[in-house]
Amino acid sequence: MSEKRPNGTSRRAFLRGGVAAAGAVAAGPMRAETPDPLITEVQDWASGLGVGVDEVPYGLPIEFEADVRRRNVPWLTADTKSSVNFTPIHALDGTITPQGCGFERHHSGAITLHKDDYRLMVHGLVERPLVFTYADLERFPRENHVYFCECAANSGMEWAGAQLNGAQYTHGMIHNMEYTGVPLRALLNEAGISGDLSDKWIYVEGADAASNGRSIPLAKALDDVLVAFKANGEALRREHGYPVRLVVPGWEGNLWIKWLRRIEVTNAPVESREETSKYTDTLADGTARKWTWVMDAKSVITAPSPQMPIQHGTGPLVITGMAWSGHGRITRVDVSKDGGKTWEIARLDRAGEAKALCRFYLDTTWDGGEMLLQSRAMDETGYVQPTKNQLRAVRGENSVYHNNGIQTWHVATSGEVENVEVT
Amino acid sequence: MSKSPEVGLLQVLWLGLALAAGGASADTLGLGRPALAEEIAAWDLDVRPDGTGLPPGSGDVLTGEGVFAEKCAACHGDFGEGVGNWPEVAGGQGTLDNKDPVKTVGSYWPYLSTLWDYVHRSMPYGAAQTLSPDDVYAVAAYILYSNDIVDEEFSLNATNFTGITMPNADGFVVDDRAAREYDVWRAAPCMAECKDSVTITMRATALDVTPRDDVATAAPVDLIAKGQRLFSTCKSCHEIGEGAKNRSGPMLTGIVGRAAGAVDGFRYSKALKTAAGGGLIWNETALDAFLTQPRDYLNGSKMVFAGITNPEDRKAVIAYLKSHSAQGDTR
Ligand code: HEC
Ligand code: HEC
Repeated sequence: MSEKRPNGTSRRAFLRGGVAAAGAVAAGPMRAETPDPLITEVQDWASGLGVGVDEVPYGLPIEFEADVRRRNVPWLTADTKSSVNFTPIHALDGTITPQGCGFERHHSGAITLHKDDYRLMVHGLVERPLVFTYADLERFPRENHVYFCECAANSGMEWAGAQLNGAQYTHGMIHNMEYTGVPLRALLNEAGISGDLSDKWIYVEGADAASNGRSIPLAKALDDVLVAFKANGEALRREHGYPVRLVVPGWEGNLWIKWLRRIEVTNAPVESREETSKYTDTLADGTARKWTWVMDAKSVITAPSPQMPIQHGTGPLVITGMAWSGHGRITRVDVSKDGGKTWEIARLDRAGEAKALCRFYLDTTWDGGEMLLQSRAMDETGYVQPTKNQLRAVRGENSVYHNNGIQTWHVATSGEVENVEVT
Repeated sequence: MSKSPEVGLLQVLWLGLALAAGGASADTLGLGRPALAEEIAAWDLDVRPDGTGLPPGSGDVLTGEGVFAEKCAACHGDFGEGVGNWPEVAGGQGTLDNKDPVKTVGSYWPYLSTLWDYVHRSMPYGAAQTLSPDDVYAVAAYILYSNDIVDEEFSLNATNFTGITMPNADGFVVDDRAAREYDVWRAAPCMAECKDSVTITMRATALDVTPRDDVATAAPVDLIAKGQRLFSTCKSCHEIGEGAKNRSGPMLTGIVGRAAGAVDGFRYSKALKTAAGGGLIWNETALDAFLTQPRDYLNGSKMVFAGITNPEDRKAVIAYLKSHSAQGDTR
């Protein structure tokens, strides 16, 4: 498949398209030696008919974009039903992740649960234990919010050094969607909570065989947690918890229970497997941090990156990436081309929204030399994304989770890009 | 949208009752219906560190060893050491401050309740919530034993449960990033002359563990190639091809057209041996039925695998198996 370029057009078409072979590396304005047949000849598509309406009742990306898809790392896990794959962030732009390519993480496979069979129980330390149907949920006042969902293990393979060669693999356990849902506070209120709420928790659990469950302080539940049933305007996808998932803004993805079936108000955390054996951060001395829910500020350059080499030669170059913080809004992103010696302030495409992805650009010129590209995010609390070495100095290398260190991409003179670590 | 009119009627009734009973106060909407005690009992299964939620029952190490061998060892190994990439549940004591700590029930888990709760609700993988409380007590006792936490005479029950302290119970601290990290990293960022020199210390391509891109999957695919990809789920237990060895499952080279249970040196289940004695041959029809739902087809089989629901996928896997069988060479 070496004939295919990353965007799916073939190399032949690329050359035929008037970009003279020499033009690919020339700095000056390009010129055509011969007229471009794509312009001078009447093309089939300019003469015949395209496909009719309803050809594809629910549209999928055009075939040329087939490589923009989720990918997994087969050697990581024994079985795809207890595994993870990665969003093709290298190939996306803007901030919204299409559902069809948002990363998946399952502990016992993605289950098929009909809306009609959906039940949500709210019980425990409430006045009225209740059961809701899907139709009930649609009768509560609802809200829309854009939030990122990042797995705590995103970049987890990179703790001990550069491992995987692609932004999709190093940073792709994240997606960013617009959720429609009911504030969890409304459901808890419906069931009735009173008395001293400050030391209370909720335990939330999914309907799948993994029975994935997590404890969350009630204060967070009453703050901004959503019981969501739509993403990007349409029903959730099966792999993201259809028909109903929990959205826990700014906090690690494992808490975003899919196929949500039970919410219990408790006076203490359950200490389930997902909050003891997993999602605890082992430090150098062998002790581990628990309840590390917040995802700290982080960013990554998505292009150029190993899967997105520079193919256009010297001259204008758009460096782009994304930044996010579980503490609130992104306020600034800096980019370095020399491995962190000097930094430039990148352009935020739009002011950052709280706990949502923010797109940044550095519109620059490539002189054809080597670069060591880095990005560094800052959020509204003044938090500055640390380097991997800063993180290691505090935590060691044994934590799987919460690696938000600065990523370095080496750009060679050929335009090829590699995941590296620098001093 | 209820499945039957009766259920719909019940819902309406419940709503009415809730309203009549004053269940909906001024600031509630009166949505949902009261959860019944039986319903709460069916779903509220979690077990807390203090033993809250444990049902009555008991189980000893020896019984647990038997349950484990039958229902867990195919993936977690006879002693909990983990087969291939499947998780280990025993060992690793003293490794938590090593470079690659081995985190298991014995070396890492702070609470026994977590083990009981997780096995009870989520294992065995592919057949969750099928173990009786006694079996869970027994298997938990066996896992404790495999981790040298109890001796082989031990029997676990709801009463002595809280008497067990896990070795790493004190190994956890509550998130202290705010104190240890945030203040340091809130300093104004350096913009120029931030370091004297920069050198590359590690390259991802040196390790070469990144999956190769196969754009081909999007195009119409060769059935065998598709089968080969799907076979990755089988690989954790089976090897195939030249020099393939038995792992937790028998080696599968030449399986299509071969008699069942015929691999030397593999300890088949009684169920499979019986079927083999009855003359079962792994032709394509038999394989298709077996792979749809292995343990429906062969009740009591040791192959703990949920099955492949998609018929096209089964066809592809069988085509791949065939490509490693005598008659497949003629493709
Ligand atoms: C078919 C393979 C398979 C079988 C059989 C199986 N397990 Fe598991 N087990 C898994 C997988 C996969 C996981 C991890 C699941 C996930 O992704 O969360 C796991 C996780 C576990 C864990 C948690 C490990 C950790 O470090 O967090 C325990 C404990 C466990 N299993 C016990 C059992 C017991 C007891 C049985 C038998 C009753 C059993 N398992 C049967 C595959 C299996
Ligand atoms: C969790 C481990 C596991 C997985 C995954 C698994 N198997 Fe098996 N398989 C076994 C075991 C164990 C046996 C022996 C069964 C018995 O003795 O009852 C077996 C038996 C078989 C047999 C019969 C072999 C013989 O010699 O009679 C075939 C065929 C087979 N497996 C095919 C597959 C295929 C194809 C897949 C993937 C789609 C697969 N298995 C996945 C563990 C596994």
